[in-house]
Amino acid sequence: MGRHWGRTGRYALLAVAAVVVGFPIYITVVNSLLTPQQIAHRPPTLFPLHPQWGAFGQAFTTAHLGLYLRNSAVVTVSITVAELVTSVLAAYAFTFVQFPFRRVLFFVCLATLMVPMEATLIPNRQTIGAFGWYNTFPALIVPFMASGVGVFLLRQAFLQLPHDLHDAATLDGYGHLRFLMRVVVPLNRPIIAAFGVYAFLTAWNQYLWPLIATDSDSVRTVQIGLRQLQSLSIDQINVIFAGTLLAALPIFVLLLAFQKQLVRGLTAGAVKG
Amino acid sequence: MSDAGLAPGVAALGEVAAGASGDAPGRRRRRLGRSGRDAAVGYLFVLPAMAVFAVFVFYPLLRTFWLGFFRVAPYPTIPSKFVGLSQYRSVLTSHDFWASLGRTVEFVLLTVPIGIVLGVALASLADARIRGIRFFRTLYSSTVATSVAVASVIFFTLLNPTVGLFSYWLGIEGGNGILQSNTWALPAVATVTVWQNIGFTFILMSAALQAIPEDLLEAARIDGAGGRSRFWRVTLPLLSPTVFFAGVVGIIASFQAFGQIDLLTQGGPDNHTNVLIYYLYTSFQNNDFGQASVLAVALFLILLAVTLVQFRFVERRVFYG
Repeated sequence: MGRHWGRTGRYALLAVAAVVVGFPIYITVVNSLLTPQQIAHRPPTLFPLHPQWGAFGQAFTTAHLGLYLRNSAVVTVSITVAELVTSVLAAYAFTFVQFPFRRVLFFVCLATLMVPMEATLIPNRQTIGAFGWYNTFPALIVPFMASGVGVFLLRQAFLQLPHDLHDAATLDGYGHLRFLMRVVVPLNRPIIAAFGVYAFLTAWNQYLWPLIATDSDSVRTVQIGLRQLQSLSIDQINVIFAGTLLAALPIFVLLLAFQKQLVRGLTAGAVKG
Repeated sequence: MSDAGLAPGVAALGEVAAGASGDAPGRRRRRLGRSGRDAAVGYLFVLPAMAVFAVFVFYPLLRTFWLGFFRVAPYPTIPSKFVGLSQYRSVLTSHDFWASLGRTVEFVLLTVPIGIVLGVALASLADARIRGIRFFRTLYSSTVATSVAVASVIFFTLLNPTVGLFSYWLGIEGGNGILQSNTWALPAVATVTVWQNIGFTFILMSAALQAIPEDLLEAARIDGAGGRSRFWRVTLPLLSPTVFFAGVVGIIASFQAFGQIDLLTQGGPDNHTNVLIYYLYTSFQNNDFGQASVLAVALFLILLAVTLVQFRFVERRVFYG
């Protein structure tokens, strides 16, 4: 009896928590399907009986969301691919290749983890200006083409490989590149994927740097596009909600598709399993 | 640029402190003839990452310190003047700096503890093998799919003073709006931040809960410990490293919280949400690079101190824990 009550109570609490956590997104969906008049109507409409889909189209036409999404895709995919390549290469060298100052250089990589982006903002803005990169994709991509987190996480994973593997591969005549591509990368696919998802999420959500490094719609990302979207007048309030949903959609899809990798990426190192 | 302050970054530093950075055992150079070529390969492989770090992390970090020595003239045509440490002194002793630092600390206190408590509560609630639990878990994790900007725009619109649903429910529709209130603007920004972060904290705490050995809780049950006492005496102590970790990551993230301020209040009303990072941003926007650099150095040193606390803690946890 008490046990039964406990379960009912738990469901009740789970439901209350679900409403509190889920409501902002739920009402965003609802409002994106209403007209501005319906949104302003009191008492408020909490369920769209006659959904209107026009706001999504308007988000593309009046708020240029398509352009922002495309720019975000270009920037995010470039950063993710570059971070994966540079991190895999460096982590490999720090694990399987002997060279002078290896240890020092590894600590240099780690030291970058202690430097927040805010501490380098001002000179970096000057640097991209000097390179002639203001308002270009390289300004948004190049500063993030390497990641101390990536080098560290991947090196930790590569160290777990049995060391005979390298010796055997060397005896078989494998060079470093072949050993990396045919053995190390395939065996570490899960952690590489986890870092990839993490890198994608971080790059997609960037806000401060894109705001400072650009002021033209032609390269601005969707996070900055949201800033423009927010300033739409209240007779386009449904477009604000629809645009916000569209901006979040790619990450929602990513979350559903790569839930396991995302969890692993986010919790890497935090929990001793 | 690096992404310090994000979870794996801090975790990584902790792992280094824990001595996890040793070489793989037995991986010694075999044939000396290869060593020259090996060195070339090694440098070639680390070069891309090192080049990015040199140009976009270390050089600008040093230059930020350096720019703090120059006072920017009020007119763009006049060159900046070298003033030595005097600008550091004047900015770091100014009322504006301490006021913004105070608001930042207030913001940390409004976001971090409550975020962790809610995260632990949600994770414990969802830590049961009952029907439909996957639905709840996915829903609680879902806010990781929102960015700071997405969360801010949603809440900004729902808090709109004339048509915002939350304004209506709070009974303040037609008034000035909560984001224009000296008293409530910062708590409102903090609420948005807590909501946006809840998915991450939930994922973190759930993973930690699942790592607790089942037999420990079972042993406590056999010893007659009730659900409540099992939570306080067994679960929570075992969760404490993760709680500590979430605290450090949360403090760092709150010091870096920029998007929500920019989108919700722009530092207003009357500077009531003008936290350190936003103060830095406005100095920069006003072309006062000298002052902005001093503020950036201050922010860097504060975050460095927080990170080093984590560093020491992990060391202790490993040796005595």
